[in-house]
Amino acid sequence: MNKKYYGKVIFELSRPGRQGYSLPANGYDDALSALPAGLLRTEAPMLPESDELTVVRHYNNMSTNNFGVDTGFYPLGSCTMKYNPKINEEMASLPAFTSLHPFQPSATVQGALEAYYTLQKMLCEIGGMAEFTLNPYAGAHGELTGLMVIRAYHESRGDMKRTKVIVPDSAHGTNPASAAVAGLKVVEVKSLADGTVDVEALRPLLDDTVAAVMMTNPNTVGIFEHNIPEIAEMVHACGALMYYDGANLNPLLGIARPGDMGFDVMHINLHKTFSTPHGGGGPGAGPVGVRAGLEQFLPNPRVVKHQVSDDSIFDLDFGTEKGPHALGRISAWLGNFAVELRALAYILSLGKDGLKMAGTLATLNANYVKESLRDLYALPIDRVCKHEFVFDGLADKSTGVTTLNVAKRLLDHGFHAPTIYFPLLFHESLMIEPTETESKETLDEFIEVMRDIAREAAEDPETVKNAPLETPIRKPDDTAAALNPVVTFSELCVNE
Amino acid sequence: MLERCGMESLDELYSDVPDSLKLKRDYDLKPQMSEKEVRDFFEELAVRNQPLTCFAGAGFYDHYSPAVAQSIVSRSEFLTAYTPYQPEISQGTLQYIFEYQSMMSQLTGLEVSNASMYDGTTAVAEAMLMAVAHARKKNRVLVSATVNPIYREVIDTYAHYHGVTVDTIPEADGVTNLAALSELLAVGDVAGVIVATPNFYGILEDYTGLADMVHEAKALLIMTAPASALGVIRTPGEWGADIAAGEAQSLGMPLNFGGPYLGYICCTKALIRKLPGRIVGATKDADGQRVFVLTLQAREQHIRRDKATSNICSNQGLMALYASVYLSLMGAKGLREVNELSAAGAHNLAIRLVETGAFELKYPDKPFLNEFVVKFKGEVKLADFIEVCTSCGCLPGVMIADDELLVCVTEMRTSEEIDRYVWRAETFSKATLPNYNAATSPEMSN
Repeated sequence: MNKKYYGKVIFELSRPGRQGYSLPANGYDDALSALPAGLLRTEAPMLPESDELTVVRHYNNMSTNNFGVDTGFYPLGSCTMKYNPKINEEMASLPAFTSLHPFQPSATVQGALEAYYTLQKMLCEIGGMAEFTLNPYAGAHGELTGLMVIRAYHESRGDMKRTKVIVPDSAHGTNPASAAVAGLKVVEVKSLADGTVDVEALRPLLDDTVAAVMMTNPNTVGIFEHNIPEIAEMVHACGALMYYDGANLNPLLGIARPGDMGFDVMHINLHKTFSTPHGGGGPGAGPVGVRAGLEQFLPNPRVVKHQVSDDSIFDLDFGTEKGPHALGRISAWLGNFAVELRALAYILSLGKDGLKMAGTLATLNANYVKESLRDLYALPIDRVCKHEFVFDGLADKSTGVTTLNVAKRLLDHGFHAPTIYFPLLFHESLMIEPTETESKETLDEFIEVMRDIAREAAEDPETVKNAPLETPIRKPDDTAAALNPVVTFSELCVNE
Repeated sequence: MLERCGMESLDELYSDVPDSLKLKRDYDLKPQMSEKEVRDFFEELAVRNQPLTCFAGAGFYDHYSPAVAQSIVSRSEFLTAYTPYQPEISQGTLQYIFEYQSMMSQLTGLEVSNASMYDGTTAVAEAMLMAVAHARKKNRVLVSATVNPIYREVIDTYAHYHGVTVDTIPEADGVTNLAALSELLAVGDVAGVIVATPNFYGILEDYTGLADMVHEAKALLIMTAPASALGVIRTPGEWGADIAAGEAQSLGMPLNFGGPYLGYICCTKALIRKLPGRIVGATKDADGQRVFVLTLQAREQHIRRDKATSNICSNQGLMALYASVYLSLMGAKGLREVNELSAAGAHNLAIRLVETGAFELKYPDKPFLNEFVVKFKGEVKLADFIEVCTSCGCLPGVMIADDELLVCVTEMRTSEEIDRYVWRAETFSKATLPNYNAATSPEMSN
C-alpha cells in the first residue's frame, strides 16, 4: 500500500471542455429538444469534466491508499476475508453471461438458469436444506428474507400472534435490525460465561408468541453451540422455527450442516464462505435455504428444472394464481447473478474434499493464532475455537493501551485490523479470523507483530496510543464529521 | 501447528461438536476441478446462452460499458477490500463513495445521498420505510400504478411484513391520476407517496402541483427514476420530492441477468438522520489533512441494533465505484449525449413501427424519453412475433399485456439494428411469411 496520501477528489481535477468518452454520432432527428421544457432539468448536473487518462490515474492513485485481501493479511473477525480466486472473476465476466437481459425468454438463457440451479442444489447439500433461493442481495437481505419466510409460514397456519424473535446478546447487530424491518419484536437472550446461549434463560422466553430463534453457530465468539439439539427441540416444541445466521458457516464446511442441527431456515453469505470478493462493501449475496415443507414460502422468481426425455430444461417459476408463492418478491430478479457465478466457480474448484479442508484449516489457523498469543492477550473463553476467537484486549491492563490502539498499531505493520469492540460481551473485544487461505508464514509474522505490540505497550505505551503513524493518513476526527456532516462535493466547497 | 494447539489430529479441532451432528459422509458434490476444467464447465454453460440485440428495458437498460469502468472496478485494492472500518487504510473506498454521493446528489437534485443500496427495488422499499419512520404514527403509503410492477411487488412484500398499508393510485391514460391521488390523500394517514419518472410505460409524467398536494397532507414525496435519465429530465429535487430512490444500473453497468446492480437513495438534508445504510463524510485527520470517514453511524444496525434506520450493513460498494468512474468519464455532456442518442433512436423506431401498420402507440399524446408502449395489430399473436424475432437474435421488447409491447432504445442500438426491427415488424406480423430471400432482406444477422 502506498503510504503517501493521494486525497484528491475527481471534481477538483475537472477542466471545462474535457471529455473521457466517445459515442457514435446521432443519425436521427434530435428528440430530446422536442420534449416539453417543463419535463427536462433546467441546469446540467455538476459532474466532472475529465479526459480518460486523468480518470484512470485518479482512481488508480486512490486505490493505492486502500487495503484489500490482495494487499495483505485481513483477519477481520466475522467477515471471512479469504482469498478470492481470479478464475472466478474471469468466469463471471464471460460476455455470454454479462450481456443477458433478465426478460430474455428462458430458452435463450438456459446456461444462466442452469448455473443458478446448480448452485442452488449445491447449497442445499452443503446446508442440509431442501431448497434454496439465491435472490437475496446480501447477508442482511438474506436474514430479512428468511424472517419473512418464517412469518409467511406462521401466517399460512393462521398463527398470527407470533410477533417475537429471540436473539442472543452475542448476535451480529443485523439480527435484531432485520427482525425489526420484518415487523418482529426482538427479545434478547443472555449468553453464559463460555459464550454459548444460556439454555435455562431461553426456556422461559419460549411461548406461543415466538416466531423464531435466530442463532449463529459457531457463534460470534467462535464457539460451537453444543446445546443446539436441545435448543432446537425446545424451540420446535413451542411452535417456533430455528433461523441459522450463516455468517460463520466457514469452519463447518464438510463437518456439520445447519439442517442436521435442527435449523429450519438459513442464509449463507457467498462473500464470506464462498469466496466472492467483498468489493469494499458489496455486491455480496445472501442465499436463503429452507427445510422440506417450507419451499412454498421462498420468494419469486424461482428456478426450476423439468426433465424432457433426456434433456433438462430450466425455467422460471412465479407460482400460479391457485398456488401463489406466499412471499412475493424481495429483489428485482435472481439476485446478484454475477456473484452467484463466482461462488459456483469456487465450489467447483474446491470440490467436496477441498471444501472440507477449507473449513478444517480455517479452524486450525484460528486455534494456532489463539494459542500463540494467549499469554499476552486476555482470553476470556478458553476453549477450542472454530474459525475465529475473541481476546478481551491485552492481558496487562496497566499500560492503558486499548484494543483500538492495538488495532491501529497493526496497520503500521502492514496488517488489517481484527474486528474490534464486537461482540459486545467484552469491553475490549478483539476478534480475529485468519481464514484458511493464509500460510503458516503469514500467521507467524502476524503473531510476531502482535507480540511486539504487546511488548511495546509495556515499554513505550505512548507510541502505541498514537498509532497509526505509518498509514497514508492519521487518525481522523470522527466527531467533527458527525457534528457537521459534509457528504457531497458541493458541501465541501462551502465548507473549505 | 497442531502441536501448539495441544492436539494430535485435525479431528480434535471439532471435539466440541456433538457426534450426532457430524456429517459422517462426504458432500454429494463433485471432486475438485482444475482451473481448466472449471473454465470448460463455464464455457459449456455460456454456449447455451443466446445474447440478443436488446430492445427491452422495463427497468434494466443496455447502455454502453466503457472499458475504463470495468478496468478500474477490477483493481484488487478496491475489489478485495471490505467495508471501510479502518479509515487510515481505506481512503480509496471512502473517497469514491464520497464522489458517488456527490454525483448522485447532482443527478437527483437532492442535497444528500447515502453510500448506495442493493438495487432499485429495495432502495424504493427502504425509501418507503423512511417515510413511515419519519411520519411516526402514520402507516399508509400510496404507490402509483405507473410505477414498475416489479418495484411494486417488492414494496408490497416489505410493507406487508413491516405492517404498512399500500394503496395504489390508479392511472389514467398511462399517467398517475392526480385527482384520484387527491382523494386518497384526503382519507388521511398517508406517510408517503411513490411515483416514477419516466414511469413504467416510458412516459415523462407532468407532476406539476404534486409535491404541494403531498406536503399539504404532511406526507413525503418519493420519486424513482433510472439514474441515466436524470442527466436530462426534470429531477426529483426540481419536482419537490423529499426522497429520490431507484436504480443506477443504467449508468453503463452490464445487464448481468439481473445483478449486481446499484440502488441509490438521496434525500433532503433535513432527512439525513433517517437515511438507511452507510454515509461517508469529509473531516480532518490528526495532521490536518482533508480525509473521509463513515459518519452518522449512530443510525446503523451495528450500533442501534433493532432501533436502526435499516438492517442494511454495507452498501453496493464496487457498483458505486463503477457509477463514479462512469460519470467521471461521461460528465454532464456525455450523459446528455447518451440520452439524446437513446431518445432519437426510440422516437425514430416508434414512428416507423406505427408506419408499418403492425403497431400503434398506446399513448400517442404522451411524451417519452427512450421507452414506449405499442399495441400490436399484426395478423399473428404478439407472442409469436416475439418468438420469431428472438430466433433471429433480437429481443423486440417486453410483453406487458397480450397485445402490448414495451420497447426501449439506447445508444447501443445502431441504425441497422433499428432498420432490421422495422423490417421484421412489417414481415413477421403477417399471417403468412413472404418468400424469404436472405439476399434481399436485411435479415442477414441480428
